[in-house]
Amino acid sequence: MNAMRRSLLFASPACGGGRERSEAGGGPCVKAPEYPVSSRKYGALPLPHGEMEKSSAFRGAHTFLALLILCMASRTLAAEIPLAERKSGYDFMGRETRAMQDDDTANPGTLWVLDGEVLWNRAEGETNKSCADCHSDARTSMKGIAARYPAYDAAQGKLVDLEARINLSRTEHQKAPALAFESKALLALTAYIARQSRGLPIELKDDARTRDAIAAGGKLFEQRQGQLNLSCAQCHDDNWGQKLAAAPIPQGHPNGYPLYRLEWQNLGSLQRRLRNCLSGMRAEVPPYGAPELVELELFLMWRARGLPIETPAVRP
Amino acid sequence: MARALINVPPKAKKGEIMAIKTLISHEMETGYRIDNVGKQIPRDIIKEFVCTYNGQEVFRAELHPAIAANPFIAFPLMATESGTIAFKWTGDNGFSATESVQITVE
Repeated sequence: MNAMRRSLLFASPACGGGRERSEAGGGPCVKAPEYPVSSRKYGALPLPHGEMEKSSAFRGAHTFLALLILCMASRTLAAEIPLAERKSGYDFMGRETRAMQDDDTANPGTLWVLDGEVLWNRAEGETNKSCADCHSDARTSMKGIAARYPAYDAAQGKLVDLEARINLSRTEHQKAPALAFESKALLALTAYIARQSRGLPIELKDDARTRDAIAAGGKLFEQRQGQLNLSCAQCHDDNWGQKLAAAPIPQGHPNGYPLYRLEWQNLGSLQRRLRNCLSGMRAEVPPYGAPELVELELFLMWRARGLPIETPAVRP
Repeated sequence: MARALINVPPKAKKGEIMAIKTLISHEMETGYRIDNVGKQIPRDIIKEFVCTYNGQEVFRAELHPAIAANPFIAFPLMATESGTIAFKWTGDNGFSATESVQITVE
């Protein structure tokens, strides 16, 4: 029924942040890990149900709802997901989709990885050099790279994700034109490079220059936005494991990108997924490569630290 | 040419039922979609898949617009003799792709 929808839309502001946590008493108090983001709460936002409260019948329902929310306190009021409870999207999938990801010859993402290998060894641009001419065998040189991106690029003075890093190498070293976002070639190269980190845990380098960006990404993650007035955190921190219509809500970790989404019938980047979510929230969708998307990518990688890379993953 | 992935066991016992799995990259454009200026996107699909075992046809499938992109086709096949298992996909716009694998039957 729609109790879950209500908790998504109304519960958080009605609860007013952490106060109920102590009133609930017995409920397990979830201790937040060290977060570079200032303490996040939804309390400051106005209640969206003012006029409805005039009806006493509704007040009864409201009390019931409040009780229900108190019962669910450990979930609906949970702030960040404790590290030990972090789960890849893989754990929320059905048996058939898992089997598809696990078997390289059934995983359509392999098609892009193999194309990426060809591109890696192909000479391009004015310098007529291939990626392999400088980086040699990707299986050793690119191992672990995807597990620590986005990263700060000193020469550019900004944060770059893996796709941007590939394009910088193309324009600077190969003197070749940058590849378009979501083009088959860029997805293939990204998938091939990220594939070399499969199984390795996400581990961002501790870099003073990226701390502000993690915080900014975290703020965006918690920011209510769009016509539905939702934040990423309301689904992916507070209601993961529940359902949105028939689909399970995962924790929203970026450990399988670029990944093959059955709905897309295509490989897609993390930015495509983020734009997809924002559009679903009826929020303004930043263009590909926008700094706020890269900050969000960085925050999500930080949030998913320790989870193994699954590229190329399969998702429904 | 389209990239295809074939999963056939390299060795099998005579009489054994093998799982044959094939995956090919193809858009499978239905012909029913319109682009962002309202123009119909022409159909571009694989129409037929045929598997032969030492030249003899052992499996055939007709594909239609409702089949998803990058079609994955799997079927069982009994190992009878050593030789070649060949695969052929044909479709719109003169699309044609072939792959073959060797198998040893003991």
